[in-house]
Amino acid sequence: MRNKVYQTFDEAVADIPDGVTIMFPGFGGVGVPRNLIAALHRQGAKGLTGISNNAGVLDAKAPDVGTLIEAGRVKKMYCAFTSPTHPSRVTAFVRMFNNNEIEAETVPQGTMAERIRAAGAGIGAFYTPTSVGTELAEGKEHRVINGRTYVLEYPLHADYAFIRAWKADTYGNLQFRLTQRNFNPIMAMAAKTTIVEVENDVVAPGELEPDAIHVPGVYVQRIVRIPPAPEGIWE
Amino acid sequence: MPEHPKSGKPKLERQAMCDRLAMEFQDEWVVNLGVGMPTLCSNYVDPNKTIINHSENGVIGYGPIAPVGQEDRHLVNASGQHVLAQPGMAIVHHADSFAFIRGGMVDVTVMGAYEVAENGDFANWRIPSRKGGGIGGAMDLAACAKRVFIAMEHTNPRDGSPRLLKRCKLPITAPGVVKLVVTDLGLFEVSPQGLVLREYAPGWTPEEIQHETEARLIIPRDVREFRFRD
Repeated sequence: MRNKVYQTFDEAVADIPDGVTIMFPGFGGVGVPRNLIAALHRQGAKGLTGISNNAGVLDAKAPDVGTLIEAGRVKKMYCAFTSPTHPSRVTAFVRMFNNNEIEAETVPQGTMAERIRAAGAGIGAFYTPTSVGTELAEGKEHRVINGRTYVLEYPLHADYAFIRAWKADTYGNLQFRLTQRNFNPIMAMAAKTTIVEVENDVVAPGELEPDAIHVPGVYVQRIVRIPPAPEGIWE
Repeated sequence: MPEHPKSGKPKLERQAMCDRLAMEFQDEWVVNLGVGMPTLCSNYVDPNKTIINHSENGVIGYGPIAPVGQEDRHLVNASGQHVLAQPGMAIVHHADSFAFIRGGMVDVTVMGAYEVAENGDFANWRIPSRKGGGIGGAMDLAACAKRVFIAMEHTNPRDGSPRLLKRCKLPITAPGVVKLVVTDLGLFEVSPQGLVLREYAPGWTPEEIQHETEARLIIPRDVREFRFRD
């Protein structure tokens, strides 16, 4: 089998071209692939489309998608938050969005999760009750099923997914810990190339319990063990 | 108690408001608390009830906010606060967490709002003068939870304008879903006939509260003073 274990983050993101779509998991600062984001920031790919719950947080103590946005590398975001929760919380994204320097689509979080899941699951589209009767449903196909109204939503595919995992084996089988899991498994399944940063040593096949694997290794192409701080980012 | 900006009268504290909603939670309810003020609902603990806290990032059955020094870096709630693990807790990924929400497993979601209308519409995600919106998981929860409770200030703190309206002026989050609203002036139920004042803040009369409200309030005979926690 082809070796999936890379020694450095820079090596793992070296061939990512301009203009691709990348999925960035993470929620509440947990399960964010910060080392891969930092490496892509160094690498310089631009014209990117990002798919992420938020577009970076204001007080980020470590790299997040906002780092790439602030550097002008992102042309479009799909996210659940396109305006600040408070007018004073103006991130790089908000500033650029208000100046029309970046495009964005506001997607309800559950619809975004299901659109990502649908991409990995081979589903062509799905009907959801979320957003019916609101601005976000305008212009979308509606359908009444058993008396309830739904809107049609399409999958979100990506060229790459950056993943933060707890444990991995050399086949790429992954485990997450607690709420680190969030968007990670569905994004790993939805992208053509899935690149993982992992918090523990990459073990031999068979060392992870088959019943306790959250993402089968066939979805994973590249794995990098996070080195100790300060070289590795552990936030 | 803080003073009401216009009349100088006392109004309800945020914790008392959230306690009052939490008093409505029933044994074994799955509860989803929105970012901000609603998280205060988790400070109300009734030893006779088991409440199952769900957070949209895929945790079902988490415990209280983690004291300093006891944070687990892999465990946060919807507000990104570190919480304690609790026996019986379960973790799912994000798509399954929203399958849980859309599937009708959430008994009540408590959210903040800019406006609530007497027909049960509410608005909490977008101000048209600002570009974009902050929807998070609110639309999924609003459309699919069994009950939507709202905690908000009765009037806009900037200009004193009412927030309990005949119809929402801002873009809505979901139509016709709100069941119960607590404000710093009282407790309100959305009924098919309109907005019912159930309880009023101490020192306030129903007429005075109506004066601060655009929607026409239904004042039932059994309207009573606000119930605080024991």
